[in-house]
Parts: sequence; structure tokens; C-alpha cells
Amino acid sequence: MPCGLQARKQSVPAMATHASTDHFERFGIPRSFDMDLGVLDSRYRELQRTVHPDRFASAGEAERRLSMQQTSAINEGYQTLKDPLRRGRHLLELSGYNLGDEPHTTRDTAFLMEQMELRESLGEVRGNSDPFAALENIMDRIAEDIVTLQSQLRENFERASVADLEAAASALMKMQFYRRLQEEVMDLEAALEDELV
Amino acid sequence: MALLQISEPGQSTAPHQHRLAAGIDLGTTNSLVASVRSGTADTLPDAEGRHLLPSVVRYQAGQAPVVGVAALAAAVTDPLNTIASIKRLMGRGIEDVRHIGTSLPYEFVPGSSGMPLLHTAAGNLSPVEVSAEILRTLKNRAEQTLGGELQGVVITVPAYFDDAQRQATRDAGRLAGLNVMRLLNEPTAAAVAYGLDKGSEGIIAIYDLGGGTFDISVLRLNRGVFEVMSTAGDSALGGDDMDRAVAGWLMQQTGIEDDAGHGQLRHLLQEARSAKEALTTETSTPVCIERDDGTRWEGELSREVLNQLVAPLVEKTLLPCRRALRDAGVRAADIGTVVMVGGSTRVPLVRERVAAFFDAEPMVDIDPDKVVAVGAAIQADILAGNKPDDEMLLLDVIPLSLGIETMGGLTEKIIPRNTTIPTARAQEFTTFKDGQTAMSLHVVQGERELVENCRSLARFELHDIPPMVAGAARIRVTFQVDADGLLNVTAEEETQGVKSSIEVKPSYGLSDGEIETMLRDSMEYAEDDRDARRLREEQVEADRVLEALRAALKIDGEELLSAGEREVIDAAALSLEAARSGRDYRAIKAAIAAVEQACSGYVERRMNTSISKAMAGHAVDEFKSQ
Repeated sequence: MPCGLQARKQSVPAMATHASTDHFERFGIPRSFDMDLGVLDSRYRELQRTVHPDRFASAGEAERRLSMQQTSAINEGYQTLKDPLRRGRHLLELSGYNLGDEPHTTRDTAFLMEQMELRESLGEVRGNSDPFAALENIMDRIAEDIVTLQSQLRENFERASVADLEAAASALMKMQFYRRLQEEVMDLEAALEDELV
Repeated sequence: MALLQISEPGQSTAPHQHRLAAGIDLGTTNSLVASVRSGTADTLPDAEGRHLLPSVVRYQAGQAPVVGVAALAAAVTDPLNTIASIKRLMGRGIEDVRHIGTSLPYEFVPGSSGMPLLHTAAGNLSPVEVSAEILRTLKNRAEQTLGGELQGVVITVPAYFDDAQRQATRDAGRLAGLNVMRLLNEPTAAAVAYGLDKGSEGIIAIYDLGGGTFDISVLRLNRGVFEVMSTAGDSALGGDDMDRAVAGWLMQQTGIEDDAGHGQLRHLLQEARSAKEALTTETSTPVCIERDDGTRWEGELSREVLNQLVAPLVEKTLLPCRRALRDAGVRAADIGTVVMVGGSTRVPLVRERVAAFFDAEPMVDIDPDKVVAVGAAIQADILAGNKPDDEMLLLDVIPLSLGIETMGGLTEKIIPRNTTIPTARAQEFTTFKDGQTAMSLHVVQGERELVENCRSLARFELHDIPPMVAGAARIRVTFQVDADGLLNVTAEEETQGVKSSIEVKPSYGLSDGEIETMLRDSMEYAEDDRDARRLREEQVEADRVLEALRAALKIDGEELLSAGEREVIDAAALSLEAARSGRDYRAIKAAIAAVEQACSGYVERRMNTSISKAMAGHAVDEFKSQ
């Protein structure tokens, strides 16, 4: 164990030295929770063509370094804008909402009940006669819930009142719950597939 | 009236000179070099017309090493001094070698830097030095064929290579006197060779089973952009393992035991490989083994038995295939094309199983041995600047997550696997004790939660942290992965803006100092040549910097620079030209640094301008289409 090492918080994008890093602006896309992924993809490719290190392989060291930094920032921006969870958090951040205030728990009992139920089903998958169908069933339920959360987020970010931003933060926290569950489903699916071989 | 353009003395009037570039496939079993000539990429043969160079080096006391076919011929008679499959040891530690080493008939001694050394008649050698010998042979072949000095090369690596293995490969290139422009992932190189960017769109899989490594990559193609969605593999699984499975069967048949001599085991492996290769087209093949006691065994190996022997290995490749699909978020049915790469994909069972898994007929049009080198040559040609208008762009990923060790020996992931490179993430740390001025970071690579199950990459020690009360310092550590997939770590104390110095101790690699020493020691860098070589290198670099600067100033110097700024740049360029004509490499180096310093603002403005232009073009397009 390295002596005296303490992680202060989650890793952050290296480019975000200023709170003002606006990925929407970088990609020339209006600030909104809705995202046309086709437009995002084409902008991403265009930016990559302009700054990618392969374009500067014969350039001087300073230029190569700058190209690497710019490309890293563009990759970071693309990942942020592509993913609804990260996009939502970025919007919150840009609207001045302090992410440190983001709730880590919820009192939404219906949501908590459903989480417990989903986890229970996940725990029972191994005993199921068709575990893969059971996993797909769980994935479908999660996907449905995420769609509902997304339409709520869309409205929240459109109105963008203080109450809306708080509701958005809460919805994003729920999305984070679902994201972890999705990861667990995929891990289990991977484990089950590996056992088949 | 047009003014006549008169170039400065010594400056080329040609707008662009073709730069000699090559792609190198540094393989476990065979290596190749390829180059683009008259618009076509092809592998370059040796004087005897052979394209494949066996990746075998033989060392003898007091003699220059022998590489290739001649070395391979000595493998049975002189096994301890004839090094094959060195790629398996690149970036590996002494512990790994105990694991892999049982199947490699060499004598190992521990090196100072955690790297195992091979004990040979020519002394103790690191895997990097052995690989450099192979690269040097290919470099000479290319330079003789192309008739000039290589300006730059692209060397391919398995997509699943970790940071230490990549770094070792880059070091080998440097040791061989090559300018390594890029390390390119082998599956990506194969996709380039097939020209899949031309016209085709969709999702493809590259199945690459080489002599000692297995890679699977899932790529998305779109208008000249190759975007790697995921990659997975096994950096210690390949055709060598098939040979060993067959050799194991031969041992059973012949009654030869594990403790037979190195020469006997080598003979078994070679016969096993020949039999495996023969069964690509035949359904049965005769095998003849000569025992050490002079007796002979004659028998047959059928394809059926071969299939039984290698089936577990083929199945083992399907696990990473499933993972790559999962990570890419696609199903086997979404894959339109499967490309086969690597000599081991000639084994009929491999083709059958892969075709069944992806439910697609695999593409085998280009020789699976040559396809990687050809793709690397195309990329090298573009990177060297010979095709400035080419639309092709490769977006690759990091194959394994990068993390750091935290309390209790746990891994905290900083950059997850399959993140597009280059990428950068930062993490903040603070001090644990009052007045603490140093701390150490242990960087690891892998997917497991416990540090001991991941690969240790390096230990970084941060010094010069301003003394403060515990928890007050904010040390921002940035993990930057470049386009080669190589990690670089920097650190800065944020409250006082002090740059902490970093001392890197690679777990299984060579330090910069060790490489310098090797460069000094190697024969090509004899004492007298060294300064001349350095001078030549700096002159080439100076020309490159000046050429790039002139070209840039011509395009937008007027537009982006004030008269004052232009004067500063011109003065720095003049000083560089003066230094360039001298004989002092240090002076040239300093003058290059001065030019880059003078241009830093200009360079940044240029890049921002081109980004704005790219975005503006889009806005106009969309406006029109609406």
C-alpha cells in the first residue's frame, strides 16, 4: 500500500480544469437533453479528422502534444454527450447545480420496492430453467424504466426551474441505480455464458 | 504580374518529397516489412525472394547475431542460444516467465529491472534487445529495397497487449534505430489492408490468431473512419499452443518424456508444426520422429485427431469473442463481415468454428500472414505525410482498464477498457500526514478488483509536494494515454501550483537510462558513430520543423499573427537554420526547442481555427439541408 495516499473523489475529465467546459459548445450542438445521435456522430468524426494525432504524426512536438490533448477532450466530450446519464449530469453542472449536492439516497418507496424486486429476480436467475430469457426479461424492464426517466428528464431540463433541476438530479440518481443493475446483469450473463463452454 | 518564386539556398523547391516509410509486423513466429510503392502496399522480400522472416535470433560468442532462416536451422542443434517466440516475453516479468517459461527451452536470469534476461553464449540479453535484432534485419531489408533511409515506421502489436508489452515494443524499435511513428493494433491494420473503409459501412469483426497471441476486435466503419468499438483477446494463446498440443500427443506415441533434451523437444515441436500445416489441405499426414538414442518412430496424424487436440484452444478463443461483442453492445447477428488474420487461421477447425459462431463466411482473400504488415504500410505512408488528402482515420481503444492501488490492495479504475484513445483522466489526491512532501502511486492494468490479480505497470513517486497540514494539499494526477496506447502520468499540486516531480519505476520495463546504455553498447552505436548519428537525427528533425513551419506560415501566417509575433517566430527560425548548418547536435536541439516555444501560441491558434472551420462547415451544410 502506497504510504499516505487518499483518493479525494472520483476521477474527473482531465480537461475540465475550468467548470466552464461546455461539451455542447465544443460540438456545436444546442444545449438540450435531447440528442440527435446521428448529428453527434458526424460532428465527432469531423472534429477527429481535424485534430487527431494521425494528422500531426510529422509535426513538431508541441503540435503533437496539443493534438493529443484536443483529441482527448473531444473523446471525453463525445462519451459525455452520447450517454444519457453523463449528458444529464453535464447539463446539471452547466446549469450551475452543485453536483456535490446530488442526493445519494431516495425516499421514493415505489422506486425502492421495484429495485428490491429486480434484485430479487436477478438473484433467482441461476435457478431458472432458461436463465438467459430471465436476464433478458430483467433487461427489458430496466430499459422501460429508463425510457420513462428520460422523458421526465427531457421535461425537467426544458423547464429548468430550481425544482426541475432537483427533480432531474433525483432522476439521474435513479438512472445510476439502473446502470449498476444493468452492469450486474451483463456480468452475470458473461459468467453464465463462460460456464457453458 | 506574377513574382518569380526563388527558394532559399539548400531549400528544396519540390512542394513535397516522398518520405520513405514502412510497416512492420513483428510476429511471434514470423515478421514482415511492407511499404507503399507506386501507390500499392506490398511486403518486401529478402535477396532470396522470401517475404517471411522467421522471428528467430541465434547468438554466438564473439559473432554478430544471425536472424531468420539461418537461425531457425540451428534451433535443434543449438537450442539455448537460438531464441524463438521472443514476443511472448515482451514486457513480461520473471514471475510470468516461470509460468510461460516451462514451454520455452531457454535459461533465464533475473534482470535488474524486473525483466527476465536470456542467458546466451553472447551474454545475458533482454527480450527488447532480441526483438530489436529482428527489427534491425527488417530495417536493413527495407532500406536496401527502397534505396534510402527510412523516415518512419509503424510497428504492429496485438490489440490485447498491455502497456508494458507496448512499451517494450516501442523500446525495441528505438534500439533498432527506427523512428516509430505509431504502434498500430494488428486487427486494425488488417481492416486497413482490406480497404474496408472504401465503400463499405457497418460492423465488422477481425479474428486474429497468430503464433502466440489472439485478438478479436469489433469495428464500426463509416466514411473512411475505422472506429474500434471493443477489443478482447489473450496475449498468451496462439498457434504455438497448437504445436505443443500436437507435440504432447507425439510424446505419448513415441514414449519421449518431458525431461528429454532441449534439442529433442525442439525437434518434436518442429515436426508437430509441419504436421499441423500439412493438415490444412490433407486429411492425414505421415510423421517421422528421430529419438535421441537414434531410433525412429513413424506414424500418422489425421485431421480428426488434430481437431480433437486443438479444439479446446479454439473454444478458448470464443470466450473473448463473446466479451468483445458484449462490450461493443452488439450481437453476433449484427456482424456483417468477419476477417481472418494470422497464420493459425489456416487451421480448418478454426475457420469452421468462427464461421459458425458469427454465422458468416470469414474473409480470407489476403494472405493472413501478410495482411497485418500491408495495413501497417498503408498507415505508415499516411503518417509520413505522403497522402495528405486521404480521408482514412483510425480510432482505436485501450484494451485493458487502467487503475491505481488504493487502501487494502484494491484497484480503483481510472480509465475503463475500450475507451477511445488518446484519452486523459485526472484524479485528485491529498496528503495523509502533516508536512508530507512525497507520495507513491502504484499503477496497474486489468479488470480484476484485487491489485494482485492485475498487472503491475509502474510505481510513481511524487516529490516536492509543499509541506501542509494533512488533507490540505490537492495533488492532481493526470493519466494520459496517447494514440499508441501508452500511459503517461503527470502531477501538480493545485493550491500552490507546484509541479511535482515524478520518478517512474516500470515494473517490467526498461528505464530510459537503461535504453540509453543499450544504445551505447550496441555495435551500431560505436563510440565514434554516436555523435555523428545524433547530429544526423537532429538535422533531420530541424528540417522537418522548418518545413512544417514554412508550410504553415504560407497558409495562415498573415491571418493569425501580428507583425511582432511574426518577427519572434522568424528570428527563432533563422537561429535554427544557423544551428542546422553547424556540427553541434545540442545547439540544434536547443534551437528546435526555441522555435517550438516561439510558435506555441501560433500552433494553438491554428488548431482552434481549424476546429472552428470544421464546425462552421457543418452548420452551413445543415442549414442548407433544412
